[in-house]
Amino acid sequence: MASLNPESSNGRYAIEAKDLNLYYGDFRAVKDTNMKFERNKITAIIGPSGCGKSTVLRAFNRMNELIPIYHATGEVIFNGTNIYNDDVDPVEVRRHIGMVFQKPNPFPKSIYENVAWGVRKVTNYKGKLDDIVEQSLRQAALWDEVKDILDQSGLALSGGQQQRLCIARTLAVKPNVVLMDEPASALDPIATLRIEELIQELKKDYTIIIVTHNMQQAARASDYTAFFNMDEDRAGFLVEYDRTTKMFTNPEKRLTEDYISGRFG
Amino acid sequence: MSVTPDEALSVSPADAHEISAEAAKLSRRHFVGKVWQVIFASSTLVGIVALTTLLLNIVNSAFGYVAVENTVQPEHLAINGVPIERMPKEDLVAVLESHVSAGLMRRFENEIPWEERTREDVYNLVLERVVDPKPVAQWSLYESLFTVDAIRQEMVERYPEADLIFKSWVTPSFITSPQSSNAFNAGVRTAILGSLWTISIAIIFSFPIGVGAAIYLQEYAKDNLINRIITLNINNLAGVPSIIYGILGLALFVRLLGQVTSGAIFGYTDPMTANGRTILSAGLTLGLLILPLIIINAQEAIKAVPNSLRQASYGIGATRWQTIWHHVLPSALPGILTGTILAISRAIGETAPLVVVGASTFITFDPDGPFSKFTTLPVQIYQWTARPQDVFRNLAAGGIIVLLLMLLSMNAIAVLLRNRYSRRI
Amino acid sequence: MNLKKRRRVGESIIHGFLILSSVISIFITVGIIFELGTESMLFFTRKQWERTNKEVVQNVELASTSFFVSESGATLRAGDLIRLRDEEMRVVEIQGGLLVVERGAEGTEPIFHSEGTAIEKATQVTLLEFFGKTEWNPQIGRFGIWALVNSTLMTSLIALVVALPIGLCVAIFLSEYASQRFRSILKPILEVLAGVPTVVYGYFALTFMTPLLQAILGKNVVGIYNTASAGIVIGILIIPLVSSMSEDALSAVPNALREAAYGLGATKFETALQVVVPAAFSGIAAAFIVATSRAIGETMIVAIAAGAGPNFTFNPFEAAETMTGHIVRISGGDLSYNSLDYNSIFAIGLLLFFMTLILNIISQKIVKKFREVYQ
Ligand SMILES: Nc1ncnc2c1ncn2[C@@H]1O[C@H](COP(=O)(O)OP(=O)(O)O)[C@@H](O)[C@H]1O
Ligand SMILES: [Mg+2]
Repeated sequence: MASLNPESSNGRYAIEAKDLNLYYGDFRAVKDTNMKFERNKITAIIGPSGCGKSTVLRAFNRMNELIPIYHATGEVIFNGTNIYNDDVDPVEVRRHIGMVFQKPNPFPKSIYENVAWGVRKVTNYKGKLDDIVEQSLRQAALWDEVKDILDQSGLALSGGQQQRLCIARTLAVKPNVVLMDEPASALDPIATLRIEELIQELKKDYTIIIVTHNMQQAARASDYTAFFNMDEDRAGFLVEYDRTTKMFTNPEKRLTEDYISGRFG
Repeated sequence: MSVTPDEALSVSPADAHEISAEAAKLSRRHFVGKVWQVIFASSTLVGIVALTTLLLNIVNSAFGYVAVENTVQPEHLAINGVPIERMPKEDLVAVLESHVSAGLMRRFENEIPWEERTREDVYNLVLERVVDPKPVAQWSLYESLFTVDAIRQEMVERYPEADLIFKSWVTPSFITSPQSSNAFNAGVRTAILGSLWTISIAIIFSFPIGVGAAIYLQEYAKDNLINRIITLNINNLAGVPSIIYGILGLALFVRLLGQVTSGAIFGYTDPMTANGRTILSAGLTLGLLILPLIIINAQEAIKAVPNSLRQASYGIGATRWQTIWHHVLPSALPGILTGTILAISRAIGETAPLVVVGASTFITFDPDGPFSKFTTLPVQIYQWTARPQDVFRNLAAGGIIVLLLMLLSMNAIAVLLRNRYSRRI
Repeated sequence: MNLKKRRRVGESIIHGFLILSSVISIFITVGIIFELGTESMLFFTRKQWERTNKEVVQNVELASTSFFVSESGATLRAGDLIRLRDEEMRVVEIQGGLLVVERGAEGTEPIFHSEGTAIEKATQVTLLEFFGKTEWNPQIGRFGIWALVNSTLMTSLIALVVALPIGLCVAIFLSEYASQRFRSILKPILEVLAGVPTVVYGYFALTFMTPLLQAILGKNVVGIYNTASAGIVIGILIIPLVSSMSEDALSAVPNALREAAYGLGATKFETALQVVVPAAFSGIAAAFIVATSRAIGETMIVAIAAGAGPNFTFNPFEAAETMTGHIVRISGGDLSYNSLDYNSIFAIGLLLFFMTLILNIISQKIVKKFREVYQ
């Protein structure tokens, strides 16, 4: 049985990556990564473009597997189980490790349906759908703006609202971990601010891993920061991983310091 | 040597010559360009002219004067000076009896007994069977409009017995009457019903399979040899001449699966259809024919669904089929439907494969199910066109107008469907 | 929380159905090749017994190798295989009414035949005859495919002469000259033209194009059925195909190339014809090849307008039946399954299938190459 008491085993940590190597065909995009993600904390992943941040993030819920040439070696321990084990169902993994994407991608359905669909289809939720829709939209700080237009198309919302709708949709199926891949990069500054505030709120209930190329965002919004870089053969690797305060004030590595001070990337 | 500023600026005679030569050449180049532009532009007119001529040519034959001669003049049928218009039912029956065979009378009796027939009904029978007006000559719409005098002249000289009437070959009764050997009463009802039946079977067969194959190839298939072969194969099938499908249908559905397509194994034993040349065979043949088209169009539609939508669905833990069924297909549906309707339009107009599969040359009864003999509208048009008598050309023209209207309404439906579904988002 | 794989029976069933759906297309191809192949084999191996309306006019003893036959009926030649009841014989020599034969041919047993026994003659089609002869007349056992192939090639060639230049000019105009507005008017018209059922084109060929040709060239020159009018109308039918595929190829040529030409001082026409068209050449070639395949496979137009009855002729104003037209006419009647006629349509079909398949494959190869260059 893979089911497990969250306090035991990898108790403090929601997700743990061991010797992770990620490939697209013959090309190794990420190499030898070992890292743990603490529960109810926000961990930011930063690094220059193309260093494999998205690839790593999507390895945590096996989202990469939709790309035919992709494959992975190593382990990702979630809930005491290596999610890359043969008997693990990627569909179940994604149901518990939710994801918010770089570009808002609401379903071409009503706002209500956007949130309710997942609840209906992938969970065993028995309560009233209306309740969970409202709750999720409130959690995503969107309720007040959309409560009167729930039957309008999700696509009619502004970009920032769409992204919050996508967050609400993810929260509605009650995942343990939420992965976010540059969730604010396609938004204007005001919408970005709202998303950042929202993420702070969410950490009470969820473990959050967020990819960002924006150093300020990482510094301001996260508890931990992981810095990735590329080596000569373009394989991404983890350079340094520590508390955010430490990373941004007193990094161990020279490379990190150069990067966060904007000398490259 | 000192050079005056004037001289410095002016051009030497040799240069000037060269420049003016170049200018001449340029204007010639421009001229050539203009000529060709006109040629290019007028070539586009060919399409427009062709389409217009095609339509005019059909309309020209579908309307016009017809000289009609009665087999028996109605005046000759009067009994004791009472013309048939005012005859009671009993006398009309007597008229019929004296002019048609006893066998035919019995058949009428069997269909509906004389006591139950209305006078109107019997009167129509007399008109149709005894008076039996037949077209003896017909003129095109152009002739009817512009050479009326010549037509009247000809009438007097060659058809003194005949009446001249202006006939539209497409009428409501043309659409609702069955096939008949008398061009005057012939209609396309049987053929339209046959077309609808075969098309329905073709859709029922090929839509689920075609969309299924497209889903598989777009959403499931890995890029391996087998799947590449399948894709290549589908593209090639789309280019196979339709008559080849007819031959395949003949061998496969009519001959090999004759027991099934004639309905014999379902206990359907009409000797008329036992040879498997049925609506079912025809429908399945058309189904095979449009399958590659449906697959290719559906693939395009599915390909156009943005990946972000799939990721959104997978990202909250939906299964592959949930993702496809709830998100990919609804988004691709307008495209799939449009593509399918295009394929159906193609099938509606197909003639050759159905002739090969064994469309009947002459049936007057409505098809009553998948095991009936069949004819379809284009097949009917073909058979009329191939008749030696000119009058059937007019019928063919009428049939073509009905066929084109059918296609037009199909495409209108496609547009409506597309608008409706794309608005729903 | 359980991450274990679940049995999703529904999903597996659906997956199975989807795989099956896409494999069906393979079945269709295999079916086509198999059916056409086996029936064609029968065509080339089957002995067809035909009545000669001749009979023996004497008793034929077990051992006798010559006998007199009636004068009436079909002529026999040396080498023919004949059959009297269950016994087959090979004709060695004919001397007037006297037939010299080899008894018990093809492994049959010689038996006694009484006076009046009917003689049947075998016809068998050899590949050599099929591909080497120009007369096609099943009634008398002549199966030279060139009679049909020739007229198919004639109608196709005429169609291409019409469609290729016009289609290419239309494509050049649409891609290089026409305004967006004009394009949005003309393209639907071309689509409609391409969507008109071919039986309607057949009607058009017979009732408009042929009378037109007769009016221009004279009724004694142009027959009621002729390959020219069928070919011209096929040409009109495939203009949209040529123009849309060529236009795709032309508009795939990057603008940088046009700018380069303009930069050298080329006129619009020079740019179009000397730079863009050559750059799109392989795409245009592919369009031409697909059009050829379409013309070869076109059926209803030729069935209606080109004439019924095989005729090996190079005169485009004479009636001549094409491969497709022949298949339609033969199968339009009541075909019996065990006849050479029935088998012959498969042999013709197989040839037609390979002709079009090869053309289609070539054009796909070219298009793929072309895409690789510009993407
Ligand atoms: N679908 C893919 N196929 C092949 N290579 C890919 C694919 N996605 C990403 N890559 C490669 O993997 C590397 C890491 O990409 P990515 O994880 O997107 O980087 P980041 O998110 O840090 O910008 C890059 O070199 C990129 O080219
Ligand atoms: Mg990224």
